[in-house]
Amino acid sequence: MPAQVITITSGKGGVGKTTAVANLAVALASDGAKVVCIDGDIGLRNLDVILGLENRIVYDIVDVIEGRCRLKQAMIRDKKLPELYLIPAAQTRDKNAVSPSDMNRLVKELRNDFDFVLIDSPAGIERGFKNAIAPADRVIVVTNPEISAVRDADRVIGILEAEEKGPGALIINRLNPSLVKNHDMLSADDVLDLLAVELIGIVPEDENVIIGSNRGAPVAFDPKSRAGQAFRNIAKRLRGEKVPFLDLDHADGFWQRLQRLAGRK
Amino acid sequence: MEAKSPANTSCYNLVIVNQDPINFMNETNSLIQIKGLRDGLLVSLDDAPWEEQRIALLAQVDGQPAFFQGARLALDVASQVLHVNELVDLRDQLSERGISLWAVISESPTTEKTAQLLGLATRISKPRPEEGRKFAVDDLGEETALFLSRTLRSGTRIEFAGHIVIFGDVNPGAEIISDGNVIVWGRLRGMVHAGAKGNRNAVVCALDLSPMQLRIAEEVSAALKPRESPRPEIARINKDGKLQSEFWSPG
Repeated sequence: MPAQVITITSGKGGVGKTTAVANLAVALASDGAKVVCIDGDIGLRNLDVILGLENRIVYDIVDVIEGRCRLKQAMIRDKKLPELYLIPAAQTRDKNAVSPSDMNRLVKELRNDFDFVLIDSPAGIERGFKNAIAPADRVIVVTNPEISAVRDADRVIGILEAEEKGPGALIINRLNPSLVKNHDMLSADDVLDLLAVELIGIVPEDENVIIGSNRGAPVAFDPKSRAGQAFRNIAKRLRGEKVPFLDLDHADGFWQRLQRLAGRK
Repeated sequence: MEAKSPANTSCYNLVIVNQDPINFMNETNSLIQIKGLRDGLLVSLDDAPWEEQRIALLAQVDGQPAFFQGARLALDVASQVLHVNELVDLRDQLSERGISLWAVISESPTTEKTAQLLGLATRISKPRPEEGRKFAVDDLGEETALFLSRTLRSGTRIEFAGHIVIFGDVNPGAEIISDGNVIVWGRLRGMVHAGAKGNRNAVVCALDLSPMQLRIAEEVSAALKPRESPRPEIARINKDGKLQSEFWSPG
């Protein structure tokens, strides 16, 4: 079966696109899928760092496009998961080194060898974003429960609709249930109310995400992390499985659960 | 079709780069005009079939790659009716040649809508001259309205020289500018300007009227508070010349 090509984008920067790509890739590959990630953020590459593969880069995507190496040579195999590959971005060039048709050609070459091609889009709605969505079968929009991020996500979804890439599916990242409870943060319902698109996952705020990113070991490897669990669930949904959403309201500690059992709250 | 005389090009803040516009004749004698603007190039097409014009334009670009490399291009497509895929194709083909398409100017509301959907500008520097507008309210009578049946997301700007009716939501960050009335069958949370040419009798109504900013003619009001339980509402300029809104009530 040819690969599903999924682009992860957001509009606003810093909402967790790259983290989502790394974690979905790890979750899919741990589940036995053949996965290749493409870092579309040429000039500001990050995905290699989060996957812990920075020191293995010899060739990058621009080298492939400009014919300095073969595609296979630029594909870096993950340290732990033999079915997970990364095509890194060039750090010393900019987005104009690649065109949407270059991306289409490159992805076409990958389609038959993989189950999933995940493309990490840069922030913004300019050239790099256009490059990243050009080959996509499906687009995932990541947002935070924060007005500015939601506004940008809305803009991106509008562009996706105009470009006939579908409305996209939504990941709400870094949701903090206790802030939501106190009405200090937008709830998932508030976000969905505005964006009116399919929700594919809610990822709770979790400090392990940052720790994992810094160590080059995405949190999806960590069986105890709730954010990791959320990403693993999204990966399952991408494969077509029906997985219920995490019950974030009851994500508190042992003591609270005990209190609830005792009927005190 | 609007005459492309030198007289009315002055409204674009033209800085003529080439004294003579480059004229390109293809086999069908359709004419592509290219002029230098202060911040890019303006290409004017006429009403010949789109496919021919597109090929002629690309041929023109390929013939002088150095001239076009890195250019910002505005396209005046006269009254051509263009859909999303046609504009997307052209934009991609231009982008492969190092040219960025940033504006599409058209007399056709469909094409304007398409351009707005793609986030392209539909005006350059200044609005088109009044006499050039084919669908000014006066020409088409008071019943002229633009009907849109979809949600307007952030970044969408709808401008129309008549009334605007939206069947869907208007999200924050979207803008509606109408010379007449604005009716939203849905939630209005973006920016809305009715009677933009100074018509103080214009009204704005919505099922949930919570715009970021509401303007009628020259009057401006800051955000209305989002309602706990929204009801249909109408905003207008009252006898004292102030913006006022009231809930709709039956009877």
